[in-house]
Amino acid sequence: MAKQVIDAEVLANHKLNNKYFILLIKPKKKLELIQPGQFLQLTVPNAPEVFLRRPLSIHDVDYENNTISLLIQIVGKGTQKLSLLDKGNVVNIIYPLGKGYSNIEKGQKALLVGGGCGIAPLLYLAKVLKKEGIDEDIIIGFKSKEDIIEYELYNSIAPTFVTTEDGSMGEKGYVTTHSLFSSLNMYNKIYTCGPEVMMKAVAKRAKEAGVECEVSLENTMACGIGACLCCVTPTVNGHQCVCTEGPVFNSKELLW
Amino acid sequence: MVDLSVNIHQLTMKNPVTTASGTFGYGEEFTDFIDLNRLGGFIVKGTTLKHREGNPYPRMAETPAGMLNAVGLQNKGVDYFIENIYPRIKHYDTHIWVNVSGSTVEEYVAIAEKLNDLEKITAIEVNISCPNVKEGGMAFGTTCPGVKAVVSAVRKVYQKTMIVKLSPNVTNIVEMAKTAEDEGADALSLINTLLGMAIDAKTRRPVLSTITGGLSGPAVKPVALRMVWQVSKAVKVPVIGIGGIMTATDAIEFLLAGATAVQVGTANFIDPQATIKIIEGIEQYLIENKFKSVKDIVGALIV
Repeated sequence: MAKQVIDAEVLANHKLNNKYFILLIKPKKKLELIQPGQFLQLTVPNAPEVFLRRPLSIHDVDYENNTISLLIQIVGKGTQKLSLLDKGNVVNIIYPLGKGYSNIEKGQKALLVGGGCGIAPLLYLAKVLKKEGIDEDIIIGFKSKEDIIEYELYNSIAPTFVTTEDGSMGEKGYVTTHSLFSSLNMYNKIYTCGPEVMMKAVAKRAKEAGVECEVSLENTMACGIGACLCCVTPTVNGHQCVCTEGPVFNSKELLW
Repeated sequence: MVDLSVNIHQLTMKNPVTTASGTFGYGEEFTDFIDLNRLGGFIVKGTTLKHREGNPYPRMAETPAGMLNAVGLQNKGVDYFIENIYPRIKHYDTHIWVNVSGSTVEEYVAIAEKLNDLEKITAIEVNISCPNVKEGGMAFGTTCPGVKAVVSAVRKVYQKTMIVKLSPNVTNIVEMAKTAEDEGADALSLINTLLGMAIDAKTRRPVLSTITGGLSGPAVKPVALRMVWQVSKAVKVPVIGIGGIMTATDAIEFLLAGATAVQVGTANFIDPQATIKIIEGIEQYLIENKFKSVKDIVGALIV
């Protein structure tokens, strides 16, 4: 799939709560086919102090309307500036980047596990899996009820289960303490994205249960195309770029 | 039509724009975005004798006008390059140069010998200035005896154009440049990254795994311009300017300061089409200012 560098117009900026917002953008050319789990690199307009592009998971893709949506957490000056974008602003994107989640066969069952902003790539994945006739369950974990976003949306695609650390909604605890984790072997593959400590715990449980597990890593990036070698992660094959060999890795490849 | 061609030693480049080592991979990473044949040349990533895993993560820190890196010359070694990469990139109709790095003088020599016979590698860039490796690298480039040791040894075995990449982390860049020239360098490229560091105040820890790293981007441009200006006045061999070139205007400033050609580095990370825009911008500048050749502006600084 050829990568493109292209301008995209901001169609909407929905604030979900004080941490998260959704940026809906429309590239000025017909959308390339995007694999679930792939990402884009985006310039931060009107922010001369933000030097590099920002890598962002692709949250959803609408080929009919030629739009991409990005679920973004405000963590630093770049995402803060992005949260202020208005309809009509233009960003420059490079996409589609990286290797996404791999498919499973029809008739198999998938578990999608997301924590916090890590739920971002799982929406498009869930939609693609559903379209392909894959049976799936989703677990999303947050600190508290106030932090939960898009539960209804995920639940409209597949049965979605919630954990909160304070027990204010769903099961109390972490995603890995959810009761579904006591019967992991009913799944053929686990797809996960979230804080590294969470993904490590998910990968460990998957390994114990003998289930394939794909994790989506986050890393500080410069180029996003494998040229700078800044975003490496140690793997069984040595240091590999998260931007090109990932962001999705089979957990067996990682030195976790 | 203006003439964009320049000469580096015996080589003619179709235009003065090439890429800084470590910022352009093996060129292939950019083929979705640009036609590599349009470049004056491209320089592939730092190549060592043996496979190097590079430094641990984190390797990068953003700064307001640039970035710090601590990659540490991750590469699969010169034999891998010769066997696997060279056959894939040798068809490009532009200069392909290999940046060469070693921990010992003998390693530099061994790599240079291996690259001698590659027809389409028209020059090597001897990197005596990498700040991110413990042995060799910048250690050679910061003393005259160190520069002499590497450059004279490589000169004895390498028959084609030898470019020597200088470190800015020195008190007197001109001394290093003259030493490299005296020992047989055919061209000098400068500057490599400036040694810097970043601290996370929240965690009270350094951001980079190696604590210090190499600063690149617009932040280093004034230092680079100064060094290119000083060195180009002091040596007879051509100088290739590097340091924070993001636009055609930046490149033109380096040419005016005395650089015969330029390397675009960090800009490739932000805009993978930066090199082509810079070539087009230089051409436009020459037309608008009624210069027939890019050579007319090399060293044309009015002081």
